[in-house]
Amino acid sequence: MPPSASISVANRALLPIRTQEDIVRVRQATREHAIAHGFSLVDQTKLVTAASELARNTLDYGHGGDVEIARLVDGVRKGLRLIFSDQGPGIEDLDKALTDGYSTGGGLGLGLSGARRLSNEFTIDSAPGKGTRIMIARWR
Amino acid sequence: MDRIPILKMGPFLLVTIQVDMHDQLAMQLQDDLTSRIVAVRARGVLIDISSLEIVDSFIGRMISNIAGMARVLDAETVVVGMQPAVAITLVELGLSLEGVRTALNVDKGMLLLQRSLEDPEAEQ
Repeated sequence: MPPSASISVANRALLPIRTQEDIVRVRQATREHAIAHGFSLVDQTKLVTAASELARNTLDYGHGGDVEIARLVDGVRKGLRLIFSDQGPGIEDLDKALTDGYSTGGGLGLGLSGARRLSNEFTIDSAPGKGTRIMIARWR
Repeated sequence: MDRIPILKMGPFLLVTIQVDMHDQLAMQLQDDLTSRIVAVRARGVLIDISSLEIVDSFIGRMISNIAGMARVLDAETVVVGMQPAVAITLVELGLSLEGVRTALNVDKGMLLLQRSLEDPEAEQ
């Protein structure tokens, strides 16, 4: 869904993703924002889990980067948006990368596809040598 | 470096995960548990995850790995206390924790382990 003019973006926070401890911090920050924005426990859990998967990808595959967390308000709708960016090697084959069970790193291959299922909105921009940028949003 | 404590209760090992684990800590637990199973000849492992607020694919893989390694070492693994929101998310994420036995709480998990010790055939 393209960002409409009516959506306001607030409380932007930028967090580095350089170490495994940073992944924990991303989870905690996502949880805090989700609670502050009135997300239900299930919605919090889904979003935090998606954030954990993408933060780990940013570290493991993108060689580190950052995430911008922001609160969205669209009339009565409230949401949370996370944008993960890295300057890593990028993703060669996006379709493959989004397939369940496909992994180039020895994982389960559920990170990207799972994070997409756990989000209401998901966009990915990546090209070899140009890094990766993934946006997810979840509305409560 | 910090570690998740592993308690011995008779022939079983009990692990209660109470912190938001970073990945290395999870790997460390996997190694520690495997060593302890052999060292004390444990017949069962009970992992209490009731304090865990999320289980992502990394933690899920760790749990599956522990269950698999324990089985090879002749020990049963039971995971107990998963929060409902975590269970809902886990399934949507695409993780089924195949081969991992679960129980609602520590008591029921202990019963399950004791029963499999008394009558291994019944568990198949």
